[in-house]
Amino acid sequence: MPAHLAGDGVVVFFTQNVPQSGKGTTVAAESQRTEEESVEVREEPSENGAVASADGEHLVDLYKKMILIRIFEEACQRGFRQGKIGGYLHVYIGQEAVATGFLDAFKEGDKVITAYRDHPHALLLGSDPKAVMAELYGKGTGLVKGKGGSMHLFDVERGFMGGYGIVGGHIPLGLGFAYAMRYQQTDHITQLYLGDGSMHNGAFHEAANMSGLWGKDGMNPCLFIIENNQYGMGTSVARSTAMTDLAAKFDAYGIENEKVDGMDIEAVLEVAHRATQRVRETGRPYAVEALTYRTVPHGAADFFEKYRTKDEVKKWRERDPIGLLEHKLLERDVLDEESLEEIKGEMKETIDEVVRFANESEEPPIEELYSDVYAGQDEYLGEE
Amino acid sequence: MPEKTYREALREAMTQEMESDESVVLMGEDIGVYGGTHLITDGLIDRFGPKRVIDTPIAEGGFTGAAIGMAMMGMRPVVEMMTWNFSFLASDQIIQNAAKVRYFSGGQVEVPLVIRGPNGGGVQLSAQHTHSLENMYGHFPGLKVVSPVTPHDVKGMMLTAIRDPNPVIFLEAGALYGTKGEVPEGDNAVPFGKARIAREGDDVTLISYGRQVNLCLRVADRLEEEDDVSAEVIDVRSIRPLDEDTLVESVKKTHRAVAVQEQWRLFGVASEVASIIQEKAFDYLDAPVIRVSGAEVPAPYARNLELAAFPSEEAVASAARQVLYQEVEA
Repeated sequence: MPAHLAGDGVVVFFTQNVPQSGKGTTVAAESQRTEEESVEVREEPSENGAVASADGEHLVDLYKKMILIRIFEEACQRGFRQGKIGGYLHVYIGQEAVATGFLDAFKEGDKVITAYRDHPHALLLGSDPKAVMAELYGKGTGLVKGKGGSMHLFDVERGFMGGYGIVGGHIPLGLGFAYAMRYQQTDHITQLYLGDGSMHNGAFHEAANMSGLWGKDGMNPCLFIIENNQYGMGTSVARSTAMTDLAAKFDAYGIENEKVDGMDIEAVLEVAHRATQRVRETGRPYAVEALTYRTVPHGAADFFEKYRTKDEVKKWRERDPIGLLEHKLLERDVLDEESLEEIKGEMKETIDEVVRFANESEEPPIEELYSDVYAGQDEYLGEE
Repeated sequence: MPEKTYREALREAMTQEMESDESVVLMGEDIGVYGGTHLITDGLIDRFGPKRVIDTPIAEGGFTGAAIGMAMMGMRPVVEMMTWNFSFLASDQIIQNAAKVRYFSGGQVEVPLVIRGPNGGGVQLSAQHTHSLENMYGHFPGLKVVSPVTPHDVKGMMLTAIRDPNPVIFLEAGALYGTKGEVPEGDNAVPFGKARIAREGDDVTLISYGRQVNLCLRVADRLEEEDDVSAEVIDVRSIRPLDEDTLVESVKKTHRAVAVQEQWRLFGVASEVASIIQEKAFDYLDAPVIRVSGAEVPAPYARNLELAAFPSEEAVASAARQVLYQEVEA
C-alpha cells in the first residue's frame, strides 16, 4: 500500500456519538467482525420498540431489492461501455444496503433527495426500471423524458425529488422540503442523502446549520443520511479533512447523530426505522453516517484507480452487503442456494427486458428541446 | 392616486400577497426583528409571525437553496438578498437549481420563487458592494429577470413576480428606495415582457431600465430644451422576457437609438438591445446604435470617481447627438 493511503478507509469504527439518541452504549466494531456477532447485536430490540430485526420474509424482500439494484447497475455499466449510455454514469454497487434499508422506512408523503448516484433511490421508491433505464439511454420513454440522464432522475409522484449533479448543491433544498412539510402541517419527513465528499463544502455547512436551527422549533423533519463510501471521487476522507468523524460534524450544528454499518442491511434497517420515527415525531433533524464502500470505480470511465489498493477493495468486497445478506439467509434457513440463484436468474431476465425496452424506445421528439423551461403557459422565451 | 415611496410600494405588494396567500413567506438576513437593512420588510414580522418572516443566518447559498426547496413543495418564498452583491454566494443555487430543475426533472416541478434586493450602485459602496447583475442572471434560461424603476411598477411587478410559477430575479433600484410616485391601491399587477414608454418622442430612442431611466428622462428634457430634439424614452423594465417589439417599433419611428446601462459595456444588456435592433430594424436605422455604459473598472469609492464610473447626462446627451449626427464622436 502506498504510504499516502495508509489507514484510509480499511478499518471502520462504529461509535454512537450521542448516547441519548441510541442505546446509550458505544458499540465498537471492526469491519472484519464475524457475522455471528452482527446477528447477535441486531436481534436486540431497540428501546423505543422500532423494528430491530427483520423477519425472514422481509429479508427476502429486501434481498430482491438489492439484487435488482446490483443487476440493474451492472447492466448500466455494460450499456455505458457499449456507448448506449452517454455523459457521466455513477453506480451504487457495494452500497445497496444503505438506500434499501433507509427507504424501507419511507412513508407515503415523505420526500427523498440525493446527489447523482441516484438510480437505487428511484428504483426503491417504485419507479419503473424500464423508465429509469430508458432515461439513461436518452429515450423519450425515460423517467424525465430524456432531459436529465443518469444524474437527474425524478419521480415526484412517488416522493423522489431528484438526483442532482453538483456535489453538495442539493443539500439546502432538502431542508426547504422539510420546512415546507411542517409549514403545511403534515407529519412527513425528508430523507436527505449525501456523500462524504459533499461534507467539505459550504452548502453542507450552511444547510446543516439552518436545519439544526429550524429544528429547535420543530420545523425541520430532515433525516441526513451520509453515504460514506470513503472517497470523494479519488480523494479519501482522510485526505479531505482532519476531522474524519463525519457524523460528529453534525454536533457543531446541534443535530444528534450516529453511525451505522452500511454493509449490514439489518443494522441499517434498525437505525432507519428508529431514526425516521424520531424525526417524524420531533420535527428535528437527525443524522446517520452509513459506512459503506463503492466496490467499483467512481464513474464508469474511471478504470485505473490510482487512489486505492486492490487489497483494500478486496477487503471491502468480503463484506459486500449482498454477500452478507446471503450468508444470513442461508444460515437461518430462510433460503437455500438454489433459491438465491433463482432470484438472481429471474432478476437478470427482468433486467434483460428492461434493457431491451430502453434500447428499442424512440429518442425524445425534437419539440421536447423547448418544453419545460418555464412553468405556466410553458412559455419559451428564446427563439426556436 | 396616493403618492408612495418605492420602499412602501414594494412592502405593500408583499403584504397584499401574504394576506391573500398563506403559501407566501419572506426569508432573508435581518428582515424580521431588525426590520430589514433597507426597511423594506419593516413591521412584517409583527404582523405575520416568525414562521412567515424568517430571519436567516448570513448564508446566502444555504437559505436560497432552502427557499428553492420550499418552492418545489408549493410554497411561494420571497427571498431578500440584502444586496445583489451577495448573490454570488447563492449563484450556484440560483443558476444550477432554481433555473434548471424544472427542465431536468422533465417538467415535474415548479419553482415559484422570488429573489429580490437592491441592484446597482450610486451610494459610494465601492467595489464589492456595487454590481449590476441583470445581464448575468438574464443569461440563464429558466429565470425571469425584472428591473422596475417607478413605485407604481415596483408594486405591480412584485405582485406579478409572487404569482409567477417560475423563479424571478427582482432587481430593485436601491438608490431610489425613498423616491415617491403614484401607486394605486389594490391590484395593479404589471405583466412581464412589456416595456414602458416613459416619454414619447420622434427623433431618437433612449433605451434603459432601472435608475438609468430617470437619467434618460432628464437627458430627454435637456435635448428638447437645448436642441429642440424630441427623444423617446423606453423603460425596458423586464430584462427576460425582453419586449423586443416595443424597442423595434420605436426605432422604426425614430430611426436612431441609444442604449444606456449602468453595468459594464461588454456582454451587457445594451449590447443585446443593439443587436436586436440591428437584426430586426436594420433598414430603418439612420445611424449605428450607441451604447452608454459604466466605466470598465471595479466601482470606486470617492464621490467624483464613482460619478465618473457611471453614465452621466453629458455622456447620454452626447451619444444622442452622435446618432443624430449633431456631434462627431468624442
